[in-house]
Amino acid sequence: MSNLWPRIEPLLAKVEKPARYIGMERGAQNPEHHPGKVAWLLLYPDTYEIGLPNQGLQILYEILNERDDAVAERSYAPWTDLESLLRATKTPLFSVDTHRAAGEFDLLAFNLSAELVYTNVLNLVDLAGVPVRNDERTPEHPIVLAGGHAAFNPEPLAEYVDAFVIGEGEEVIAEITEVVGAWKRGGRASREAVLHDLATVPGVYVPSMYDVAYDGARIVAVTPRFPDVPDRVDKRTVADLDEWPYPKTPLVPLIEVVHDRLNVEVFRGCTRGCRFCQAGMITRPVRERSAEQVRTMVRDGLARSGYDEVALTSLSTADFSGIDGLVAGIIADQAGTGGVSVSLPSLRVDAFTVGIAGSIQQVRRTGLTFAPEAGSWRLRQVINKLITEADLYAAVDAAYSQGWRRMKLYFLTGLPTEMDDDTMGIAEMAKNCVQIGRQYNKQASVTVSVGGFVPKAHTPFQWFGQNGADELRRKINMLRTDLRPHKAVQLKWHDPAATFAEGIASRGDRRVGRVIERVWRDGGTFQEWSEHFALDRWLDACAAEGIDPDWYTTRHRERDEILPWDHIAAGLHKDFLWLDWQAALAEHGLPDCRWTPCYDCGVCTDYALEHVVASAVAPAGGSQGTGQDLADGGEAPVRFLGTRPVSADAGVRS
Amino acid sequence: MTTPEPLTELGRHIARMQYTKRGKVRFLGHRDVARNLERAFRITRLPLAFSEGFNPHPKISFGLALTTGFESEAEFVDVEFLEPIELSTLPAALNDALPTGIDVLAAAWLIDRAPALQEAVTSVVWQVEVYAPGDDDNGSYPADPARVRDAIERALAAEHIECTKVRKGRTQVDDIRPMIRRITLVAPSPTADPVPVMELELASKGVKVAEVLAAIGPFVPGRGWRLHQYIERDGEQHAPLLIDARTSLAGART
Repeated sequence: MSNLWPRIEPLLAKVEKPARYIGMERGAQNPEHHPGKVAWLLLYPDTYEIGLPNQGLQILYEILNERDDAVAERSYAPWTDLESLLRATKTPLFSVDTHRAAGEFDLLAFNLSAELVYTNVLNLVDLAGVPVRNDERTPEHPIVLAGGHAAFNPEPLAEYVDAFVIGEGEEVIAEITEVVGAWKRGGRASREAVLHDLATVPGVYVPSMYDVAYDGARIVAVTPRFPDVPDRVDKRTVADLDEWPYPKTPLVPLIEVVHDRLNVEVFRGCTRGCRFCQAGMITRPVRERSAEQVRTMVRDGLARSGYDEVALTSLSTADFSGIDGLVAGIIADQAGTGGVSVSLPSLRVDAFTVGIAGSIQQVRRTGLTFAPEAGSWRLRQVINKLITEADLYAAVDAAYSQGWRRMKLYFLTGLPTEMDDDTMGIAEMAKNCVQIGRQYNKQASVTVSVGGFVPKAHTPFQWFGQNGADELRRKINMLRTDLRPHKAVQLKWHDPAATFAEGIASRGDRRVGRVIERVWRDGGTFQEWSEHFALDRWLDACAAEGIDPDWYTTRHRERDEILPWDHIAAGLHKDFLWLDWQAALAEHGLPDCRWTPCYDCGVCTDYALEHVVASAVAPAGGSQGTGQDLADGGEAPVRFLGTRPVSADAGVRS
Repeated sequence: MTTPEPLTELGRHIARMQYTKRGKVRFLGHRDVARNLERAFRITRLPLAFSEGFNPHPKISFGLALTTGFESEAEFVDVEFLEPIELSTLPAALNDALPTGIDVLAAAWLIDRAPALQEAVTSVVWQVEVYAPGDDDNGSYPADPARVRDAIERALAAEHIECTKVRKGRTQVDDIRPMIRRITLVAPSPTADPVPVMELELASKGVKVAEVLAAIGPFVPGRGWRLHQYIERDGEQHAPLLIDARTSLAGART
């Protein structure tokens, strides 16, 4: 393998932030390549600053390098200035660890955390010198792999990615390494053969092993091409997080990146059941790490990295059993080291969590973020984000009274059944929060961040026709007009045009792939960056490919429709999702099954998994905690008509 | 082994350290180097002194910033400790916690009220590869050694060298000749073309290597190395690590 550094070095003198490309982080592995080892290149299809902190990539990087039969390096999307220089000098994409050509690795493994990065995936494959379409690759080319949340609808990239990993990667990467290792030892004969072998690994989806039949626009069948290829690919899930205390040697970047702190994952999965949230649906069940292991990982990680801040990450960290004791323990462990800040992303909205936040942010009192998601109780029942206004205002009061001066509120707009009253409720809540803050501080302010809702695969909202860009713009303008006189409320919003493009890719089928390819060929990389995004590029590409973008975005799906991702399983029964969708439309909430009887979504029963929680008692405080305030529609009306008998009142709290 | 010096009159323990920036880390910006040093201090758990106040930060004061892309043998930083630590072990301890290429070479305790590095340093010595500017940004190539030699001779013979700068939107013409103390050609190896080594003064507005090359060529810098920094006092040049030191040097290397 070649070291491209002598060719890259002169180019770096001419680009912005050249240290993005030098590697050398504390925690970086010392990859030793050998013909007998399977060489993985782990790629994050966005800039180094966005990709470096990604925990999934760091975990796999470490686990692979611990194996005798594998070696792993990393690469990130070069910014446009370096890309031009690479193309002008015919220099291929390279790894940041040892600056090897990407095309010389056995596997190019992409992390797909969002859909708008798809054009960057194609761009990186192309920069690696590998044909972008999978049917044009030969046995000399690396196998292009992708995983991550967006892989739960792999179809838009079906003609570009060779194989997808569905679910968690810790275990399956071993099996993939063995299959690819055997193929290598056998002289890399047929590409079709190794892909066929990969298709038999549980959790691996190889799109070329399936035929899709259409009747007009509708999909009528997705059929495996061989008898040993499964009809349905089920996700992989790690049963016990304590068996995977990774990353053990977290990467500490030399330059500033997002989430620039030690990150320790305290649990995986979430059963709050927010219906818009794909992450919560596809990562079930809840698996807590033991408090003891969390403390060890924090202690070792801080000592090794030199960070003075740690984030305890999960989808809802305040739900961790005994979170207050854990936080106190971490702070006690760091006594005498100059102090540590503990941050809890994804805070629940209640006074209890504000109390914890107050106790750990003694030094740096930065902003607090709450996510009520919708502007009215009615709509929050629809989306199953069961936060009452009383909860929010109590939390906000607690925060201002403890010295915070500003907070951030996250909302979605374009949610199912949303009426203008619901939207305007956002402005109302923001103004009320400022009012509360003024009692304590004249400068109290609130930042309201509004995102356009994009329905995602494997959620109860997968059937919902999203709002078009014009409708989202109208709603945002309504808020802007109303909030203009209120200087203490700062309104921020996500570009509705980008929301629309994200919608095309999110619930697209195989035919949408050509749209993505065309956007990429037209120069549309870094589509998550507003300065590089233009909706016209997407609309022109749709027109050129004969694709109706509205059919993929604003159209409501029907119950009997075969969805493009129906052969991919997150364990959630389609019947359960449909009934939860009907419950949403009936404005009924559904309790968290961690602390209440099982309503049989399908995940635990099908995959023989269990919640792993240290405490069977719901945490204190808040309507989403113990006092689940479902009085206004409390009984889950869902009748579970799944394949196995379930009592009609399965969802009701006892 | 050196032993900690007795307390000074002010009772403060400020160490001046010399470190390098070599190889790939030359692409780190000044602030990134600072962040990595601060992190290295936390990893080694050395007893740094912190500022008072709501948001305490370690008492570290850096010397002259180094342009991103240039390498250096002579970077300096002053660090205050809570107590007199064993300086001889400091370089090795820090180097384990620092990225490859940033190596602490030596450290010395400073006398009370030593002038800050940013004001004290009077001149800097650079070694720089000379390139001829191409048609565009990507087209520069190594300059013809004979042309470089001629340009240097002419520059040194000149009384004035004009350098046009844009400062805050206004074009200004400076005479940079007084800032050029010397330029000599040094062959890095018996077979290599000689490379200019220049000492530039920091007095008044100072002058950058790139500005000197542009004015005498026009040339552009290729790879460059900061070789020395000097503090001139009472007509004599001193190394920053020696001039205000109150103890002998503690070095990482023998």
